[in-house]
Amino acid sequence: MNIYVLLKRTFDTEEKITLSNGQINEEGAEFIINPYDEYAVEEAIQIKEEHGANVTVVTVGGEEAEKQLRTALAMGADQAVLINTEEDIDEADQYTTAKIIAEYLKEKEIDLILAGNVAIDGGSGQVGPRVAELLNIPYVTTIIDLQIDGDRVNLVRDVEGDEEKIEATLPLLVTAQQGLNEPRYPSLPGIMKAKKKPLEELELDDLDLDEEDVEAKTKRIEIFLPSERQAGKILEGELDEQVKELVSLLRNEAKVI
Amino acid sequence: MDFDLTTEQRIIKKTIKDFAEEEVAKGALERDRTKKFPIEIFRKLADLGMMGLPFPEEYGGGGADTISFAIVVEELSKACASTGITYSAHISLGGAPINQFGTEEQKRKYLVPLCTGESLGAFGLTEPNAGSDAGGTETKAIEDGDDFVINGEKSFITNGSYAKFIPLTAVTNRKDGKKEISAIIVPTDAEGFHVKDHYEKMGLHASNTTELVLENVRVPKENLLGKRGEGLKQFLQTLDGGRIGIGAMAVGIAQAAYEKSLRYAKERRQFGRSLTHFQAIQFKLADMAMKIELARNMVYKAAWFKDKGKPFTKEASMCKLFATEMCSEVTSQAVQIHGGNGYMKDFHVERYMRDAKLLEIGEGTSEIQRMVIAREIGAR
Repeated sequence: MNIYVLLKRTFDTEEKITLSNGQINEEGAEFIINPYDEYAVEEAIQIKEEHGANVTVVTVGGEEAEKQLRTALAMGADQAVLINTEEDIDEADQYTTAKIIAEYLKEKEIDLILAGNVAIDGGSGQVGPRVAELLNIPYVTTIIDLQIDGDRVNLVRDVEGDEEKIEATLPLLVTAQQGLNEPRYPSLPGIMKAKKKPLEELELDDLDLDEEDVEAKTKRIEIFLPSERQAGKILEGELDEQVKELVSLLRNEAKVI
Repeated sequence: MDFDLTTEQRIIKKTIKDFAEEEVAKGALERDRTKKFPIEIFRKLADLGMMGLPFPEEYGGGGADTISFAIVVEELSKACASTGITYSAHISLGGAPINQFGTEEQKRKYLVPLCTGESLGAFGLTEPNAGSDAGGTETKAIEDGDDFVINGEKSFITNGSYAKFIPLTAVTNRKDGKKEISAIIVPTDAEGFHVKDHYEKMGLHASNTTELVLENVRVPKENLLGKRGEGLKQFLQTLDGGRIGIGAMAVGIAQAAYEKSLRYAKERRQFGRSLTHFQAIQFKLADMAMKIELARNMVYKAAWFKDKGKPFTKEASMCKLFATEMCSEVTSQAVQIHGGNGYMKDFHVERYMRDAKLLEIGEGTSEIQRMVIAREIGAR
């Protein structure tokens, strides 16, 4: 079985986001595997352990993403592919990423593609489904359980807290939701072996793509931080007066009624 | 020059940091109170292959370098110093002498179970009358046929209750009034071998510190570790590596104290402003950040010297001395910044302060480190 995992390097969830010159400050920040993609990696390795499979992790990004790919290799993936767009692309969106990944995958023999439900930075949740569309294979998002039986796949999908049971067939793309599994820590032997595992680096040229082919369909107008939360107001006095003041504040200050 | 960690070192750091935060930190306060040894943490570390970190893969080790060892000790100690010292002693005192001086057969027999975590590592040097004066060893090993018969006492032995065997020093002969000290590996289940866990300590409550009593303990002569008569020299060499571990521990505890202090100072308001607005507190925090950074650099440098196969005795002593005295200072200031709260157990910093003190004593006191450095720079 050939499994591909789509992985993104993102800010550590503990990092405090700051802006400088309208851009997010990356200086000195810690980066991690997008947590939802980590569920995807873990699931792929579990499938490999149960059924036998070859697991490839794929990312689109810069040189720095090697660390996250090596981490996935340390967890147990077999090989990694870094599609390095650092020099070719300035502005990328979900279309760009999906198009590049699909172009890479279209010649491959694929049984299963796993991706995260959403990246914690961009948060669009689009790359997975877009790749499936471009490859013309079915997809199921936000899965919390996956069982493979021959060609058939039994899935449980998280739908806003409820569960939906779905049957699908391979080849298939799924996106991982929190609850699918508990990602393992890479073991020390795994980490030491990871550096010897193959990591292929490709550029747009290698995929016969031009910059125009993957040009972003959206444009970022502005980046800004959410406005700082104001201190709350505690009303005092008799209940009647409090209610009157609240209504007045809601009407005149907050202007919600 | 290159101050970047390698990809492996970075992944090890991230992995052990996550592990320490998830698995080690949460019980640290409770273990300090109950003095419960965190055996389950070491089972998990064994599952991750961390118990044999720097040892060759052919004996079940991880084949990682000393910088990685320092990283792991720092992160574990940051979460729980008792866990940190247990790990550091296991690797650098328990495993290292067997790896360095053991025969092929001894490595198969003793290093492998240390790497799998089946046994924790320990070593026996200190005695009631042989502390800084390690040559004052009184434990005797008398030859009797193919055996040594050992009698004596060892003090303050880390991990003794969880070790299946302990290399220890004993006087094997006397020539012209001079002692011949050798290292011998002794199984802890040997008849007449008593491991006593009765110390009441100031800190590091969840680590296992034991007294060893040997009464006519009989071991075959093949248990001799390294060359006969070189036991003391070998163990002092072992301590050089151990000092890197203690330095890393100091950096970890100080880092924890500093982070807690910075967070507290930001949140705590007095005179209508957060503590971080007051220069007196700002300066304390700035000093902490600076000293920790310097200590970590020296720990890494000593580890790097060791990895490169260069002599590192001076660097190991410098990193141990600077980092541990820094740690006592930083943890004391952390309590100061926390004020009355800092004196309370719930805020963790008083534990850091108690745990830190041992680092200025164990594996060579600060005074011994100064003697080592003085000797190394030619001041004699």
